[in-house]
Amino acid sequence: MTWVLANLGLIWARTLDHVVLSLPPIVLCFLIALPLGWLARRYRISRGIILTGAGLLYAVPSLPLFFVLPAVIGTGLRSPLNVIIALTLYGVALMVRVVSDGLDSVDADVRQSASAVGYSAWSRFWQVELPLSGPVLLAGLRVVAVSTVSLVTVGAVIGVQSLGSLFTDGFQRGIQAEIIAGLVVTVGLALVFDGGLVLAGRVLMPWNRRAAPSKPNVPVELRAT
Amino acid sequence: MIEFRSVSKRFPDGTLAVQDFSLVLPSHKTTVLVGSSGSGKTTLLRMINRMVDPTSGSVAIDGEDIATLPPVKLRRGIGYVMQNSGLLPHRTVLDNVATVPLLRGTPKRQARADALVLLDTVGLDRALADRYPGQLSGGQQQRVGVARGLAVDPNILLMDEPFGAVDPIVRAELQQELVRLQKDLDKTVVFVTHDIEEAFLLGDQIVILREGGRIAQVGSPADLLARPADDFVASFVGADRGRRVLHVERHGAEDVVVDSDGRLAGVLNGNPAEGDR
Repeated sequence: MTWVLANLGLIWARTLDHVVLSLPPIVLCFLIALPLGWLARRYRISRGIILTGAGLLYAVPSLPLFFVLPAVIGTGLRSPLNVIIALTLYGVALMVRVVSDGLDSVDADVRQSASAVGYSAWSRFWQVELPLSGPVLLAGLRVVAVSTVSLVTVGAVIGVQSLGSLFTDGFQRGIQAEIIAGLVVTVGLALVFDGGLVLAGRVLMPWNRRAAPSKPNVPVELRAT
Repeated sequence: MIEFRSVSKRFPDGTLAVQDFSLVLPSHKTTVLVGSSGSGKTTLLRMINRMVDPTSGSVAIDGEDIATLPPVKLRRGIGYVMQNSGLLPHRTVLDNVATVPLLRGTPKRQARADALVLLDTVGLDRALADRYPGQLSGGQQQRVGVARGLAVDPNILLMDEPFGAVDPIVRAELQQELVRLQKDLDKTVVFVTHDIEEAFLLGDQIVILREGGRIAQVGSPADLLARPADDFVASFVGADRGRRVLHVERHGAEDVVVDSDGRLAGVLNGNPAEGDR
């Protein structure tokens, strides 16, 4: 505990590093997975290719990827970009399937009636299908956020600073409190990201929240128990 | 006026849903397409707003072949009401009603104000405006669906079994509402149902369909009842079972009407003045 109190500044600095490394992959993977997931759902051929590709991508171990990426894209070995790109790839691997499933989850009747009243394919995607797949997308994004926050720590091994640096440093110098602090703050940060997403979901999808408790045809006395 | 000119539709899986169908649907009248499932009635309805394009033949609105019109623009000018309302679950009642005007570029404030008025038109409390469809009863959702269909004040209103999923009491209510609305609005309504009673109540022109969109008979309700073209039509309208063939029996001081199965159908009101009393 004394180590923690003496190094609050360091922990805070690493936390900020960690946030800076975590946020871009989460946002980027969502933006990239959106068209890919749409494409995967749209055509049978692209579905097989994209979803299998995404699955394989996720099977690549993270540490080798951190080493290979610089060679492929020409960044420095210790560049934070490696971590951001690698984690974006993992995020895409997860989110592509989620986006495809999310779009699948939209009621066919609703989709058809949207077309029937005059939505173009473009406006129907943005105004109907995307918002209605929101709950599924949110569930996927929560998994991606938490796993990204946890994977960022691996970057410490190649020298990209984050809360993971507290593990590596703690191991090398035998400071148990530092390791535990790194662990606790990482988990805490994951929870904050997760909570933020849940909150955003409530704000952006009010129908989801309000519709749930008042499903029609459920007798009042049954709901009370 | 909507005109089907020897229209056929074969779906990619090989089903021939409609075969050589020709019909004129007069303006400002309600035409009801009645048939069992597989009769192609919904396919025919969807050809009018190009949700389905015919394999051969053409559909014309006021003489214009709709195959030449861009589908999205065409659909925005035609009211569409479907079973299970087809409302957007993530939009409030008011925004659902305002959907199509907003798509057509009506300013938001204007579209919402108009939508509120439409809620009155279809008999919905304005207090429901901010609810989501999931918070409404089935009957209320259908009313919202009708309001949405009317939102751009279309000449043509397509209704695909709009009251099929609500209970009989609410259905009867909605049917009466539609009769009232149609009296005021005078749209060209195309209504699809499998319920012949509903067809008789709502239709000026009724089209009875056999499998594959073949017309069994077209006519007013009275035509179909009095002169069914064949046994199929007679059976469809219920004339063959004697439910439509009524006679009067004397019960004490009253005249009662009885069908040929002996089931009591009602009381004869011979003197209209007495009925008004």
